Amino acid sequence: MGKNHPNVDPYVVSRVRALESLLLEKGILAPDAVDRVIQRYEADTGPMVGARAVARAWTDPQYRRLLLDDPRTALARFDLDYQMLMVVENTDALHNLVVCTLCSCYPWPVLGLPPTWYKMPAYRSRAVSEPRALLGEMGLAIDPRREIRVWDSSAEMRYMVLPQRPAGIEGLGEAELVPLITRDALIGVAEVRPPAAR
Amino acid sequence: MDGVHDLGGMHGFGPVEREENEPVFRAAWEAAVLAIQRAGGARGFFNIDEFRHGIERMAPAHYLRATYYEKWLDGVTRLLLEKGVLDPAELAARLAYFEQRPDAPATEPLTAPLPPRPPANAKWAQDVIRETGAAPRFADGESVRTREVHPPGHTRLPRYARGKHGVIHRCHGIHVFPDTHAHGQGEQPQPLYSVRFDARELWGESAESNQAVHIDLWESYLLPGS
Repeated sequence: MGKNHPNVDPYVVSRVRALESLLLEKGILAPDAVDRVIQRYEADTGPMVGARAVARAWTDPQYRRLLLDDPRTALARFDLDYQMLMVVENTDALHNLVVCTLCSCYPWPVLGLPPTWYKMPAYRSRAVSEPRALLGEMGLAIDPRREIRVWDSSAEMRYMVLPQRPAGIEGLGEAELVPLITRDALIGVAEVRPPAAR
Repeated sequence: MDGVHDLGGMHGFGPVEREENEPVFRAAWEAAVLAIQRAGGARGFFNIDEFRHGIERMAPAHYLRATYYEKWLDGVTRLLLEKGVLDPAELAARLAYFEQRPDAPATEPLTAPLPPRPPANAKWAQDVIRETGAAPRFADGESVRTREVHPPGHTRLPRYARGKHGVIHRCHGIHVFPDTHAHGQGEQPQPLYSVRFDARELWGESAESNQAVHIDLWESYLLPGS
């Protein structure tokens, strides 16, 4: 499983069970709380709200403006009330990248649970100090003429990247665009690629 | 605190290892830790800043080798003990019980009906904006300098951005102040700003070209610039 996942000490599992059983007994944890967490994040794996919002922004200029200027109202169109999100747009002159150097803050309501690499020291340490080198290693070469703007999520504000729409997919509608828009593109460590290149 | 959690700009952690088709949870215990953290926060036993500071107080070597949910487990356990929700002796006894019965479900020791649960605030972690009417001291575009401080407690001013010149990008409104909220000293809400720093200001000659970092910083971290 690589160094992201050293074998977990059985002590950890016992410790979780001990906490879980005590908190159940004290009425703090609901009996179905763990099942509901698994259900929510494991079974509800439909299109991420973030990808759907980006697909709409690419096909509807008014929605794009709304998503950038008033993300809360824009996300309400997808039945999500999320006050804390800022959407930052990639352009020919600018590439945005999101990190949390102090912990692992991440826009869960629009992107789901963060991937492990986002939470590990390698990404958190390097994203602010050498993002161009880091992105290059991750397979994303950014033209030196484009500014790289890193958003360090140090407060409760959360950030999502509005990636550039790739050329050559002008005929695709919103529903066909959604599956092209990856989580990594919404963090800023990838660009969205047209279907042929995938 | 100047802890190992404050990772921005550190060296030595190697390349980013991405995994294709990573499972949402690697084991059921990870989901249980998430549920426990949610329940403890939503029922008011700790706030989000106390939660973060609970993790920051892990032993440094443990922090660096622990997985994400192991960090959460360590931090939440510390808080539940400190807050008196759990008694150290009862936790030790229950831990011993499960260590001797590695396959026992967490619900096995239940004998009595569950007590009613206290009310929950599902949005506890996001409930940070306070419309106090306070006027922001700094305007968009204004030059600022971050304070050069090393507080021993919780802070969201990263070490790499202390004593640095930046420019106000925008004000996010009036937000609860983590540095006091993590320590039982109240919310003390104040303006929160997105502050833009040129990479050369942060990393000097080692900076990559054409790069900037935007950091969300509370007003009391900032002084007038230049």
